[in-house]
Amino acid sequence: MSAFFPQLRNNKKAAWLATFAVAAVLVALPFVVGLTGNAGVRALAFAALYVMLALGLNIVVGFAGLLDLGYVAFYAVGAYMYALLASPHLASNFPIIAQTFPNGLHASVWLVVPLGATLAAFFGVILGAPVLKLRGDYLAIVTLGFGEIIRIFINNLNAPINFTNGPQGITLIDPVKIAGIDFGRPQHFFGLPVPSVYMYYFLFVLLAVIAIVVCLRLQDSRLGRAWMAIREDDIAAKAMGINIRNVKLLAFSLGATFGGVSGAMFAAFQGFVSPESFSLVESIIILAMVVLGGIGHIPGVVLGAVLLSLFPEILRHTVVPVQNQLFGHVIVDAEVLRMLLYGLAMVVIMLYRPKGLWPAPEHGIAPHSDGKADVVKPQVA
Amino acid sequence: MGDVILKITGVNKRFGGLQALSDVGIEIERGQIYGLIGPNGAGKTTFFNVITGLYTPDSGTFELDGKSYAPTDVHKVAEAGIARTFQNIRLFPDMTALENVMVGRHVRTKATALGAVLRTRATREEEAGIRKRALELLDYVGITRYANFQARTLAYGDQRRLEIARALATDPKVLALDEPAAGMNATEKVALRELLSNISKDGITILLIEHDVKLVLGLCDRVTVLDYGKMIAQGEPGDVQRSPAVIEAYLGGAHKNVATKEHA
Repeated sequence: MSAFFPQLRNNKKAAWLATFAVAAVLVALPFVVGLTGNAGVRALAFAALYVMLALGLNIVVGFAGLLDLGYVAFYAVGAYMYALLASPHLASNFPIIAQTFPNGLHASVWLVVPLGATLAAFFGVILGAPVLKLRGDYLAIVTLGFGEIIRIFINNLNAPINFTNGPQGITLIDPVKIAGIDFGRPQHFFGLPVPSVYMYYFLFVLLAVIAIVVCLRLQDSRLGRAWMAIREDDIAAKAMGINIRNVKLLAFSLGATFGGVSGAMFAAFQGFVSPESFSLVESIIILAMVVLGGIGHIPGVVLGAVLLSLFPEILRHTVVPVQNQLFGHVIVDAEVLRMLLYGLAMVVIMLYRPKGLWPAPEHGIAPHSDGKADVVKPQVA
Repeated sequence: MGDVILKITGVNKRFGGLQALSDVGIEIERGQIYGLIGPNGAGKTTFFNVITGLYTPDSGTFELDGKSYAPTDVHKVAEAGIARTFQNIRLFPDMTALENVMVGRHVRTKATALGAVLRTRATREEEAGIRKRALELLDYVGITRYANFQARTLAYGDQRRLEIARALATDPKVLALDEPAAGMNATEKVALRELLSNISKDGITILLIEHDVKLVLGLCDRVTVLDYGKMIAQGEPGDVQRSPAVIEAYLGGAHKNVATKEHA
């Protein structure tokens, strides 16, 4: 918690208390929100999923300073990996597979998720390698192209051999099963009924927390500093002996890993994937989460992801009733209004908070904590 | 004669129609402060960039501490043991002074992503070592109290010092400084001179490019003078100062007689 609130750094007890409070809220949240139906919990689960995605993109964009507009490609790779290995699709299209696995392909999560992560990391390197020398706008264009290539590939890989089932997507994907617990069915814990959506919510929150810890540790390490260094001045970073190629590729592949895992979870959660879910807009929304929240600052990115993913849901449930109340009929569709407000929020935030809603604290200006900084402060007489 | 730590011979570098360096070579002994001077556009920085791998030379042999190295990758040169600073300071402006120096330890440490995520014992110990060494170096150059300040908020002279501390963090055999005194006032120059002679006393060889002839002549053990990409003099500072070719390069041919008369 002290990573989120620096004020807590010197107070261990308060930090633990805050951690427990947040944990309690996270556990209780679905049961409270769930009173109004499962849709709310579903939105919360997606928020956790987006936290993971945004954190992954933040490694590339925030830490290493490489503008990536094709991040959703890794999400797609992870999702399709899970979909293909845990659905009847391959078995029904390839007799060989049907023969080898007479009960259909139902790979375990413990196999598919690491595999999806590895494959996504591999794709991260494939994207990273040719763009090592590119920066800024040029990098953005190439990564954007990469994202689209993956999507179009998936869209068209249904003929002559049907790998991905094209635009129809893949259905009947197995839900997550961990230690005999089927996340696709409601479960009972201590006599308490826990619907499937709640289970996924808890799983995703757990994964998001792991992602946060991983990011915090990476940021505060030799590698995190190397990424920051190449972001700030790559020539000076080179002169300090940093192998820019390796460090950049590592950023791409680690970021992609997060995308791959999120993708696999998405596929399991939805039970259905299609190329439509992995459009450019999705990449842009994830980037917007990072930028609006506070680029490079983990708490900011988490905030951005939660806000931007919940926002459309809230809108969906308020716009229509409110308009019905006010005008008696619906004038503006929620979807239209969403894009309108997204754009407006972007403009306003970039104008008034160019570093994001919750930017990294400026260190150095106000000396803090260790008392070593003794630069002259303006004296008040 | 001490042993040679850096030996560079026959460096040629051409930019299109301009022969920036022709057959330039230097030989630095361990522990020396070696000066590289010359008028503007003489090729000092080009030579520097060639040595440190930023430019690829057309020809030349490079030997550091008895081992030949190929200056093809900047990071490999740093790994081999030549650390450099830049003429126009290149710090990591939004990182703190301490973090800047910690980046310098990168090349001498080896924590992996996995080690960092799992926070293994080895990683934690290494990290503590990095921090300790970085603080020592900040203390060494005398800017400990700005450790937690962003590099860009430091005063100009302190930024220069920070850049030197960062370079020292790579445990260099040769510290290559590109005009460290540029833009400094007289007081800062005196302090810098003291710092450089301390570094030299601690056994680190220094290669120095400098415009300030007084600083070079007072500090350096040996000097090479470049003009139009050619070496026009090499030797002890006193001898070089009296070399007619050097005087001509600095003051121009028309003043040759006047200048020699003054020195006669």
